[in-house]
Amino acid sequence: MSDKILLNSKEIKIILHRLACQLIENHSDFSNTVLLGIQPRGTFLAQRLAKLLEEEYKVQNIELGLLDITFFRDDFRRRDAPLEANTTHIDFIIEDKNVVIIDDVLFSGRSINAALTAMQSYGRPKQTELLCLIDRRFSRHLPIQPDYRGRQVDVINNERVAVLWEENDGKDAIYLTTND
Amino acid sequence: MIKNEMKSLSVQNLLGIKHLKKEDLDLIFETADHFKEVINRPIKKVPSLRDITIANLFFENSTRTKLSFELAEKRLSADIVNFSAGQSSVKKGETLIDTVNNILSMKVDIVVMRHPNVGAGVFLSKHVDAKIINAGDGTHEHPTQALLDSYSIREKLGDVAGKKVVIVGDVLHSRVALSNIFALQLQGAEVKVCGPTTLIPKHIESLGVKVETNLRKALDWCDVANVLRVQHERMDVKYFPSTREYTQLFGINKEILNSLNKEIVVMHPGPINRGVEITSDVADSDQSIILNQVENGVAVRMACIYLLAEQIKR
Repeated sequence: MSDKILLNSKEIKIILHRLACQLIENHSDFSNTVLLGIQPRGTFLAQRLAKLLEEEYKVQNIELGLLDITFFRDDFRRRDAPLEANTTHIDFIIEDKNVVIIDDVLFSGRSINAALTAMQSYGRPKQTELLCLIDRRFSRHLPIQPDYRGRQVDVINNERVAVLWEENDGKDAIYLTTND
Repeated sequence: MIKNEMKSLSVQNLLGIKHLKKEDLDLIFETADHFKEVINRPIKKVPSLRDITIANLFFENSTRTKLSFELAEKRLSADIVNFSAGQSSVKKGETLIDTVNNILSMKVDIVVMRHPNVGAGVFLSKHVDAKIINAGDGTHEHPTQALLDSYSIREKLGDVAGKKVVIVGDVLHSRVALSNIFALQLQGAEVKVCGPTTLIPKHIESLGVKVETNLRKALDWCDVANVLRVQHERMDVKYFPSTREYTQLFGINKEILNSLNKEIVVMHPGPINRGVEITSDVADSDQSIILNQVENGVAVRMACIYLLAEQIKR
């Protein structure tokens, strides 16, 4: 197995600032916008962005929810091992809100497809957008594309993108790992 | 993409708590936590089981268990067929295997069965190719009830391990009692049974359970009292002189609870005979978690069905 670094912590920081600014461009004061981080790995990115928006860009009262999609996935009974569910923590209704779905890596698009179904349990949003840190090009199984992307990468089949977060993994870094 | 992979149940069917391990109970409870959150959402449904068909075969009367299973299955988006012995060909002399095989020919993946005969679930699991969930077999086991009881204790008191639980009443005819004894002991709780000697099975001590015939002493000892219904319909002979005498000796009322020097948790699997084994003021009090048990029943059954369905590979 070999690792190649795609983004280091400084590059990630720059990208997060850019994504925050792009969100502000479209959502200004976030009065009718909510952020939804996809469990488990999208929640780190969502929390980081919410913190950045509040602390660096002085956006007040950002509504952030954590959405678990385990029971909405389309690969139930089709995987070798079952997936462990995580908690959903959404203490607001998304009816008529602008929703930004946030995940770390966009690959096949199936997780996002499940997220689109899962979030319907909380109402009918006015508009839904997708933000991802890494967009794996040419790997989609569904017609799903991000509205905000950190970095687009070309990844071949036996390669995997690993996103590490300081609060969970000890450092901010994104690796391309190859299973030889 | 990093995913947290989960363990599977150690069993292929849910026939009784006796066949389960502690890890299975933990897995069911953790999964039930997630489903409890789901059933408290504005839209209380997930699509996980949309290509699974479940048959609910009730060869014996049931209200809440049947409703609870049905609701759990619908919340998971399974297709369901219902069958009650009262309105079926069983009355025309059809055997259990024939009835079930006929239903399975309609491509059913999971069978939830309640049956008046002990071991009906085990028997069925050996003869048909579907997942079996025992929803009560005679006076033997009622695993999902014991699971939801333990889940409710865990929710109320934080943990089951180390707790003292007394099962009060008609232990002899109760499948709830046996499943509860297995489940509670598996999790490290201490169990006593309390009731008239005629309604306590012989040799029950061999299960590691203590017998107490004095209700007051039993309640003084316990953290939780699980009160059972007097099952008049299963009694072919008189087990106690009169209902009134039973109530005086083994009925749970406010006076006896108030006279204890601590507040115990009161449970009842239902249906309640108000004024017989438990008075209304106790059943409706803050000490009672009877309605929590009903709510948790749906979440726990969703977890059991989900975890078994997961084993059915395409």
